Amino acid sequence: MNLHEYQSKRLFADYGIPVPRGIPADSPDAAIRAAEDLGGKLWVVKAQVHAGGRGKAGGVKLARSPEEVGQHADGMLGIRLVTHQSGPEGLPVNIVYVEEGSEIDRELYLSMLVDRDVSRVAFIASAAGGMDIEQVAADTPEQIFTVAIAPDAGVQDYQARRLAFGLGLDKKQMRQFAGLIRNLYRLYRECDASLVEINPLIITPDGSIVALDAKINIEDNALFRQPKLLELRDPTQEDDRERDAAEHDLNYVSLDGDIACMVNGAGLAMATMDLIKLHGGEPANFLDVGGGATSERVAAAFKLILSNENVSAILVNIFGGIVRCDLIAQGIISAVKEVGVMIPVVARLEGTNVSKGREILAESGLDIIAASDLTDAAQKVVAAVAR
Amino acid sequence: MSILVDKNSKIVCQGITGNQGSFHTKQCIEYGSRVVAGVTPGRGGDEHLGVPVFDTMRDAVAETGADVSMIYVPAPFAADAILEAADSGVRLVVCITEGIPVLDMVRVKSALRDHECRLIGPNCPGIITPGECKIGIMPGFIHMRGRIGVVSRSGTLTYEAVYQTTQNELGQSTCIGIGGDPVRGMNFIECLELFEADPDTDGIIMVGEIGGTDEEAAAEYIQSHVSKPVVAYIAGVTAPPGKRMGHAGAIVAGGKGTATAKFEALDAAGVATVRSPAELGSRMREILTD
Repeated sequence: MNLHEYQSKRLFADYGIPVPRGIPADSPDAAIRAAEDLGGKLWVVKAQVHAGGRGKAGGVKLARSPEEVGQHADGMLGIRLVTHQSGPEGLPVNIVYVEEGSEIDRELYLSMLVDRDVSRVAFIASAAGGMDIEQVAADTPEQIFTVAIAPDAGVQDYQARRLAFGLGLDKKQMRQFAGLIRNLYRLYRECDASLVEINPLIITPDGSIVALDAKINIEDNALFRQPKLLELRDPTQEDDRERDAAEHDLNYVSLDGDIACMVNGAGLAMATMDLIKLHGGEPANFLDVGGGATSERVAAAFKLILSNENVSAILVNIFGGIVRCDLIAQGIISAVKEVGVMIPVVARLEGTNVSKGREILAESGLDIIAASDLTDAAQKVVAAVAR
Repeated sequence: MSILVDKNSKIVCQGITGNQGSFHTKQCIEYGSRVVAGVTPGRGGDEHLGVPVFDTMRDAVAETGADVSMIYVPAPFAADAILEAADSGVRLVVCITEGIPVLDMVRVKSALRDHECRLIGPNCPGIITPGECKIGIMPGFIHMRGRIGVVSRSGTLTYEAVYQTTQNELGQSTCIGIGGDPVRGMNFIECLELFEADPDTDGIIMVGEIGGTDEEAAAEYIQSHVSKPVVAYIAGVTAPPGKRMGHAGAIVAGGKGTATAKFEALDAAGVATVRSPAELGSRMREILTD
């Protein structure tokens, strides 16, 4: 689950991590009032969407008067902001964050995630802040500093020093930085974060360290024990179909092609997409119906698939282990009847009760193309689209 | 022979009285696995599926001599269950549970360094030595006793590989699903090491997927340590970056973990890679009959 910048910064403040003062606003008038309440002569208006690259997309603007704050807010609120991370449809801007302007001496980069190679939470820091960090890592890997934290020992002073020296901080800043690192680590663990990113982390002319941006992702598997954070969820930032899918315990990711697939198991679902591509087709989605697929879930999956207008054929690929093929076959039939599927459906069933499952499909009188194995299924569905 | 489990393995099931635990333990017993005990805190003294239930792993191991644990405990409590198993002295823990928070597994991995025991999973189908011992949720009937070791990060895709080796009359020595989570127990390298040392394994099928760099590490290991033929497939060539494909570990992030990079590393290590998952079994058969 992603948090907005203003939500992330509120969490930062709760954990003693310095952030500029700011107020979220949902209307131009509220934005003007926010600027007046904050005071000063310079403000930043930032569109709140779950995507990076807002600056280049016109989602971050400077203002030198409350009126100008209002104008920028008016220009952003209600639009869909398209950034290089948002997808072509963009994301709706329902809230802008009005923040006091900050003076910047240096821009740094700092992030945290679980380093899967060592199975520990790691900090990643670079003096090349404000830039695309993946580019920095590729071009100048010596500018990236990483430390992994042992869970039973926690953050050690030498680890904070190593990062601080890497960032070129002076002795006075080092102390503030060590505190920042400890607070971030506490936040990461207590909030079950899966990513914390500050880009840029700035040094102001008076030498203090401030998080000018903030991105926090919370791990979905841990939301059961994070009820307060769950309240911060913003469904308007999520893909409608992916959200629908999650409500039915389906795992769905939409793609650009025209062949939909419905598969049990994440690995097999990916492999099915790859096979379609290998045989000259383009997959329209990733869809894992899970191990305990029921006929209701199969019906929900069909509805979901068909809500994508680009889809011109469907490939059902089920390897029945726990799930029985005859039940899946019945699910397919009732879904095809109920939803009124008008496009070709290719079904490949294998595993528990497979012969009964195939029999049910063959005797249904419905136009379902049976496939004998993986390759046969991919070839048949690609051929069906070409027709 | 086989690796890790055989007909002598004595299994205790943690979470045996739950829905999942009950259903799958019954299947394991029917397959012939030697399930000797169950553990559900507060149900000690009961009997379930014909085996005694204990309150703690310590009691279960002391009373029955169980040496392998199979875990179906719900995700919020699973990390605790893994550590309880490790502390009880079993030599192998197989955790089927899906959805354990990553930070719980970070803690578990660190604590396991103090124990001898190995962990398979979490979020995995389990391990099976065909005809002898099934620990997990895989359909037993698709397996056949034989000479191919299978190691995979995915569930149903493992079944696919297994089924193909059965159809090609190769059979399997042992099959291990190591799970789809980013922080997990055994990895490809540990399984490859065991298969390489197992006199009854003639070839190894390895099924990876996008995310992380474990397949690349495995490729390096194979080049210098594995003499047996390895056939490999990586799922997710078509997966777009930044999108999590079902498994928590299956995501291309920061330019790392693409299927293409993994295929390249495996090819460079001399592994027989297949671009189609439908060719895993036939490719292995070709190599072994050459």
